[in-house]
Amino acid sequence: MNPYPLIVEMLQIATLIVLAPAFVGWVRTLKCWAQGRTSAGLFQPYRDLDKLFSKDILLPENASWIFRFTPYLVFGTMVLAGGIIPILSIDLPLAPTADVIVIVALFAIGRFFTALAGMDIGTAFGGMGSSREMMIASLAEPAMLMAIFTVSLANKSTSLSQIVHVIYSGQSVLRPSLSFALLAFILIALAETGRIPVDNPSTHLELTMIHEAMILEYSGRHLALIEWAGMMKLFLFVMMGMALFAPWGIAPRGDIAAIPYALVITALKLGVMGIVIVSIETGLAKMRLFRLTEFLGAAFLLATLGMLSYFILD
Amino acid sequence: MSTLKDALTSALGENVTLRDAQYPNSVISCTVPKEKFVDAAKTMKKAFALLAAEWATDESPMGRGFGVYACYRWGAEYLIVKTEISVDDPTFPSLTKQFVPAYRFERQIKSLMGITPAGHPDPRPWIKFEDWPEDAWPLRKSFDPSKPMSRVKGEYQWIKADGEGVYEIPVGPVHAGIIEPGHFRFQAVGETVINLEGRLGYVHKGIEKRFESLSWHEGARLAARVSGDTTVAHVLAYCMAMESMAGCNPPERALWLRALFLERERIANHLGDLGAICNDAAFAFMLYQMMRLKEMLMRTNHKLFGHRFIMDKVIPGGVAVDIGPEGKSEIYNEMDYLSKEFEKLVAIYDENSSLEDRVRDTGILSAEMARELCVVGIVARASGLNLDCRIFNPFPPYGQYERLKLDVPVLVTGDVHARAWVRVLEVRESIRLIRWLLVNLPGGAIACPETMPEPGSAGFAAVEGWRGEIIYWLQAGLKGEINRCMVRDPSSVNWLGLEQSIHGNIVPDFPLCNKSYNQSYSGHDL
Repeated sequence: MNPYPLIVEMLQIATLIVLAPAFVGWVRTLKCWAQGRTSAGLFQPYRDLDKLFSKDILLPENASWIFRFTPYLVFGTMVLAGGIIPILSIDLPLAPTADVIVIVALFAIGRFFTALAGMDIGTAFGGMGSSREMMIASLAEPAMLMAIFTVSLANKSTSLSQIVHVIYSGQSVLRPSLSFALLAFILIALAETGRIPVDNPSTHLELTMIHEAMILEYSGRHLALIEWAGMMKLFLFVMMGMALFAPWGIAPRGDIAAIPYALVITALKLGVMGIVIVSIETGLAKMRLFRLTEFLGAAFLLATLGMLSYFILD
Repeated sequence: MSTLKDALTSALGENVTLRDAQYPNSVISCTVPKEKFVDAAKTMKKAFALLAAEWATDESPMGRGFGVYACYRWGAEYLIVKTEISVDDPTFPSLTKQFVPAYRFERQIKSLMGITPAGHPDPRPWIKFEDWPEDAWPLRKSFDPSKPMSRVKGEYQWIKADGEGVYEIPVGPVHAGIIEPGHFRFQAVGETVINLEGRLGYVHKGIEKRFESLSWHEGARLAARVSGDTTVAHVLAYCMAMESMAGCNPPERALWLRALFLERERIANHLGDLGAICNDAAFAFMLYQMMRLKEMLMRTNHKLFGHRFIMDKVIPGGVAVDIGPEGKSEIYNEMDYLSKEFEKLVAIYDENSSLEDRVRDTGILSAEMARELCVVGIVARASGLNLDCRIFNPFPPYGQYERLKLDVPVLVTGDVHARAWVRVLEVRESIRLIRWLLVNLPGGAIACPETMPEPGSAGFAAVEGWRGEIIYWLQAGLKGEINRCMVRDPSSVNWLGLEQSIHGNIVPDFPLCNKSYNQSYSGHDL
């Protein structure tokens, strides 16, 4: 058996786990600069995680196994998704087992359990956050599938590795449908990762929170895992977007030598995406909660237009 | 000539007894019998007056029972109606049906002075906590504050809401941000708020009681600490009330310096609020830029006047710190820089459509409701009420309209944007005022020799702090000591406005709405 794909798989998951906090650190650093402040540096998220891991866990009195189990599950689904989405290479043993629909479902499992955990402890904020999160999910997930299907149609596969492979083999051409799908994907990614204008990841106002409201009662190791998983989710959405729309730099099949090169390109892509995220976040205020239906409705519309234009134009 | 006095005497005739020893003389004080107290309120309501404050005194050291006072305002006129209550029957007729803000004032009177407002719809305590003994009335002279108070069991009864899908969200008293404590209880259906009930009193420090054991001079230091962000306006109101009783007229330069401090306080707080409002809509850029400008002002305060908030620099008889030519030019340059930077930020606020979408039509306090609740200050001016003590109850230099040409902004939409925009316009006006004050600042002494209030007299002052009208009412005892010091922070009435303006809004819009009010907890709880 060829050990190479296994090593690549391991390397890729390690990259995800290790680099995700740095990417969040980069986004925060850029954000500080954009606001005219000094930042806490690229490595602050690591220090935060370290702090949380060294703290005791304080469990709410009526927390059931769901509350205790959720952090591990959420962290696990993100790691698994990291083994499927091509970050460094498309030589992933896990890739044939799961296509992009499974990835969407993986994110949905994590979200489902987080929402359950939010309701499990019975506080008003937890339930409020869960209900808001589910509202977003019900709007974002169909739109996301639509956007991904458009790309899949163009590249004749729902497997991310296969899509990248098709693009590399030159069978794919630039199509107008892809630009619709890209726009839709950006809107959905902002909603799914809880960024401004959908949610504010750095707020302290419980009444306005969405994702944070569900995890308010978490502490210590549990909170660290959930925070870390959140960072990985942001990282994965950037990587998924790259795999779908701009895969260049990911190592093609059987090319070991391209891996270091892929690492550098990945870092560059992350750097650029950080700037994009921050320019969106700095210039916008958070939307009113019920504007989200219009926002995600627009994403669905764009994705549908992408699919229609594929059939009509291509 | 006083419209309110004429209205009252023509309606109640011989039942009205005018009282002297109430200073300044422009504030009219009269006594009516207990059974005419409500009639007086009805007359005031007909004369379009607003209730500014209601409070009670324990006048047993003067050989009397209790006194209940209601202060009405109409334009520039203040009229105080007093009724005397005997110790054997500590009740008085409630004014809540005539004036809504009496709702809180009277609950407070009942809780702290132990006089029952007859006919009041809400018997629950206010400020006083349920674990205090039933007969613990701290403002009575018989209450000994030096002894620890015993505790009893009790529970506060919240307003309940029933129905399918109605749920409650308890928020506070300890909040996630670095703000003061207060409890807010929402009843919501889905995301729509159907009722908000606030509960305050968590920072009750017994300030009004404490005044009674202090000398007049120490009282000024305490007044400066009633609400830390409004230190200048509070101490100024205290000093003005005291000076009116003592017949002391501070030199003109002192008054102008007081105005300078007051306007600097106004600018600093408005800047902070504008930033905080935007931050609650996740537009953090504005917060940090506004805080930068605010910090600049406070550092200059510290450098020139020795304190970041200019605390304890206003003293009875004048001010404690003067300004030299270098200080003048420093402030002048600072104002140039501030106004340039501020305009850039205002342009961003004004042109960002995503921000506009959040602040417009959120948390509307209608003009009718504002009038009904007798709100004051920025909240009133954002809802169409033209109230500003700098115009209606001015002290020099504000009294010199012809030279000063003070322009007070009044907007009518009553939403978050209106409250923010009133602040923007006021900052611009305050910058202009400060420049004008610096150019025209008269020379002379900065304080006059201190004189003590005459025994048995009462003093009143209203000052426009950055939140709005602050009222102090001081009463001297027979030996000339402080018998009672009533503090009415704008928050005492404006908190009611917040509860009303959130109706029908969605839960996540509350923080934004709350920030646009930004009322004081400390100034309210006392």
